[in-house]
Amino acid sequence: MAKYHVKTTINGDPAEFLCGTEQTVLDCLRDELGLTGSKEGCSSGDCGACSITLDGRLVCACLVLGVETEGKDIETIEGIADGDDLHPIQKHFLQEAALQCGICTPGFIVAAKALLAENPNPTETETRYWLAGNLCRCTGYDKIVTAVMNAAAEMRGE
Amino acid sequence: MSDLQFSSPKSVKEAVKILSASKGKARVLAGGTDLLVQLRAGRMSGSMIVDIKNIPELRSIKKEKNGFTIGAAVSGAELGAHKAINKAWPGVVEGLELIGSTQIQGRASLGGNLCNGSPAADSVPGLIAAGATCKIAGPKGLRTSKVEDIVLGPGKTSLKTGEFVVSFFLPTRPKRSGDAYLRFIPRTEMDIAVVGASVSLTLDKVGVCSEARVSLGAVAPKPLLVAKAASAIIGTKVDDEALTELSLAASAACDPIDDKRGTVEYRTKVAGVLARRAATIALERARGN
Repeated sequence: MAKYHVKTTINGDPAEFLCGTEQTVLDCLRDELGLTGSKEGCSSGDCGACSITLDGRLVCACLVLGVETEGKDIETIEGIADGDDLHPIQKHFLQEAALQCGICTPGFIVAAKALLAENPNPTETETRYWLAGNLCRCTGYDKIVTAVMNAAAEMRGE
Repeated sequence: MSDLQFSSPKSVKEAVKILSASKGKARVLAGGTDLLVQLRAGRMSGSMIVDIKNIPELRSIKKEKNGFTIGAAVSGAELGAHKAINKAWPGVVEGLELIGSTQIQGRASLGGNLCNGSPAADSVPGLIAAGATCKIAGPKGLRTSKVEDIVLGPGKTSLKTGEFVVSFFLPTRPKRSGDAYLRFIPRTEMDIAVVGASVSLTLDKVGVCSEARVSLGAVAPKPLLVAKAASAIIGTKVDDEALTELSLAASAACDPIDDKRGTVEYRTKVAGVLARRAATIALERARGN
């Protein structure tokens, strides 16, 4: 099996890994680098549990090959908190109890952070459309949307 | 494990060389939103993946003297953020932007959507209605093709071994023109078109339709250019009667499949309704330009 040596930046730090052509960046994060925060749900880009950003753009890690990320800047759920200090989105997910089983949560938080980077003051509708590619089978979404809206307000200093 | 190879050419010339040498065993990777799903499902043919996203021409949008050139691998998110194209060809942009979620929009491209060869591809009717052409690179050099001549049937294209789509060209929008794409799905987001319809039209100074193109998706083995639906409104003020004729012509052009997502009868009926609604939106946009 061909092994490629890939050099990237992950959550601000240089990172290198070896991978075969078939391995997605999700496989590489989880199996080669031990970053298991990004979850594998559907493996077909439908559920969003593996959401990461690639050069600032929100993508499904299951639909990106590891070899494609050469020289790219990757951000994952592991880079969201600042040490022991949770990101406002994470805090509000806890406050609103916006999770039950938790499998979808990393993807939601990464996707929500990307939303607020692009639009710090989204309407509820905009938030729901942006997060349409993140599936949650536990919460019914209301608590998640509330958590994101509250985090956005806090981040705007309201 | 298989011995799947990977290549990431930096120029069109290099990509053609690799694709030609592979004798049809290479698969072109743009956004990967279809190819990686096929790969994971064990349905991807070929022994090499050629990532074309590191070729600058494939990733750029250029304003030309007589229109726009859009790289085949430009993502939906990138095209959606381009104000001038949104203003000139909103129907083209709304087609690409309807594909999948925010995450999919970060990757999905016009080139991939076209060359995947799906009859239900959302961005294709808009391109066909717009009269878009694509630039194709191959072992014999560059050639230009109309978008409607690319897809031959489900998963089949007219591209020859070693060829790939480099970019799309959208002509400058004439005055008093508008376009629109509408898709019918059983929900509001994240689904495959049961029917897609795109209309592009131009009005003369007194409001008579001088040019029109109508394209339908998901109602035949490939996206259709429906000349009879267009001729139903050309020479009219796009009034109720003309729109009824357009609607009937659109339905008459359908040759859809029967599946759980929609019966033949249903898709045929909806195609007429959707074409009419798309024409109405295109008309409003044309009057505003």
